[in-house]
Amino acid sequence: MSADGNGHSAAEMMAVAGSRRLRDGMVCFVGIGLPSLAANLARATHAPGCVLIYESGTIGAKPRNLPLSIGDGELAETADAVVSVPEIFGYWLQGGRIDVGFLGAAQIDRHANLNSTVIGDYDHPRVRLPGGGGAPEIAASCRETFVMLRHTPRTFVDRLDFVSSVGFGDGPGARERLGLTGRGVTAVITDLCILEPSPETCRLEVTVLHPGVAVDDVREATGWPLEVADGVREGEPPTVAELGALRALEPAGQGGGDRKGGTA
Amino acid sequence: MAEVVTLREAVAELVHDGDTVAFEGFTHLIPHAAGHEVVRQGRRGLTLVRLTPDVIYDQLIGMGCAARLVFSWGGNPGVGSLHRFRDAFEHGWPVPLEIEEHSHAGMAAAYAAGAANLPFGVLRGYAGTDLSQHTPSVTRIECPFTGEALAAVRAIRPDVGIVHAQQADRAGNVQLWGIIGVQKEAVLASRRSIVTVEEVVDELVPRPGAVLIPSWVVTAVAAAPGGAHPSYAHGYYDRDNGFYLRWDAISRDRDAFRAWMSRHVLETADVEEYRSRVEEAAPA
Repeated sequence: MSADGNGHSAAEMMAVAGSRRLRDGMVCFVGIGLPSLAANLARATHAPGCVLIYESGTIGAKPRNLPLSIGDGELAETADAVVSVPEIFGYWLQGGRIDVGFLGAAQIDRHANLNSTVIGDYDHPRVRLPGGGGAPEIAASCRETFVMLRHTPRTFVDRLDFVSSVGFGDGPGARERLGLTGRGVTAVITDLCILEPSPETCRLEVTVLHPGVAVDDVREATGWPLEVADGVREGEPPTVAELGALRALEPAGQGGGDRKGGTA
Repeated sequence: MAEVVTLREAVAELVHDGDTVAFEGFTHLIPHAAGHEVVRQGRRGLTLVRLTPDVIYDQLIGMGCAARLVFSWGGNPGVGSLHRFRDAFEHGWPVPLEIEEHSHAGMAAAYAAGAANLPFGVLRGYAGTDLSQHTPSVTRIECPFTGEALAAVRAIRPDVGIVHAQQADRAGNVQLWGIIGVQKEAVLASRRSIVTVEEVVDELVPRPGAVLIPSWVVTAVAAAPGGAHPSYAHGYYDRDNGFYLRWDAISRDRDAFRAWMSRHVLETADVEEYRSRVEEAAPA
């Protein structure tokens, strides 16, 4: 994690870029790890009224320290309400009350489908990952979904080993055919850039490059022929206030919990 | 009416080889003491059901208690892999492990259906994922009213449901609060149930927002103070996050795991001895 000329690391840029996607007042279903870091940073900076929901049933959690798990006691102590797991997934998520789902993953494809289950064959895996947890239905039913993951050829793959959560399936019309109620993935935030789905093709294209990152850097880290949006621009580096808030949130040595997908 | 017994008696009487057993508690109030007692009594061939088979099932699986796992997220929360689960699934050590994999929403619907005496739960779920291809207890159904395609998931009906709670009274009525997970559903979906508690009190003082499980739906209540460790009991003690981090190294190696389980579980008589050995081993 080397700092660049502006005094921030690529991981910090990713956390800040993720937090900026959240608007004040948004209701956000948060996965642990990078999404939780970004969502809590948003609350600590420009979006104090962002409502954080964790799958442990904590609604409106306001943790002072970044939780290690989605069920840390601090989430329940600071929540507006605590409900059961069947209720959080039934009434609140499936009921269509959540603005944005914020997920990690181990792999993503060009249509923003996510794998957090297995690398290799399902029955004889090279790496058995924790699994989908809450993510399959979060990706299905939130009004929109943000995804955060590090950008490498191993994570941005031509073909997923397993579809845990659906982005845009095989392309335009797939979500409608599957009966998925939310709009799907609207932003993928990495340590190099932000990608968004093209409205016509539902394929991810680069819309924002983080400061100092070239298109070729992203291309080399992407396992499919990279597409770049017309009007791609360079993003703003983190502000002093954002970096200060971020560093105050991250427990020493935990590195923001770089977890590979799932939500628990 | 629930009988208030020792945990050893409850497990001996109610958990049998080959049973389907759900130990629930979603990141909070995880019934570790009951898991340890099942390990001590050497149960085999269990089907273990749980949304998040974290450290508690890593221990049961690594000790060879399980033949099958029904789950929706199998990791060490905030830390990484469950090494004993992976070793059993990938290499059959110490015994082969079959899996049935769901999403959290699917498991929650399946427990709720079990509690409601329905054959299946229904949800908007699994659509377009590869989960349904590998999980025979999930299928698509058509809504008889609207024609919509929905997911049906077979109800979970464990032989035994095991949960941990803060308090019970002497009649066996149970109260738990904080993150309440699927504990009520797990007890009500199960044929038999064991509830371990932090303390047995003379009188339960009702708490707003708490879950009350009446004595007449519980089979056995057993005191197990500290029995959620390394998970936590809201109002009693905090989650031992350091333990979850240390578990990664303990569980990565078969011999280190066996040695840890021998010292902390097999060589201890109950949760109090377990706690004192954990405290001896904890870094200052």
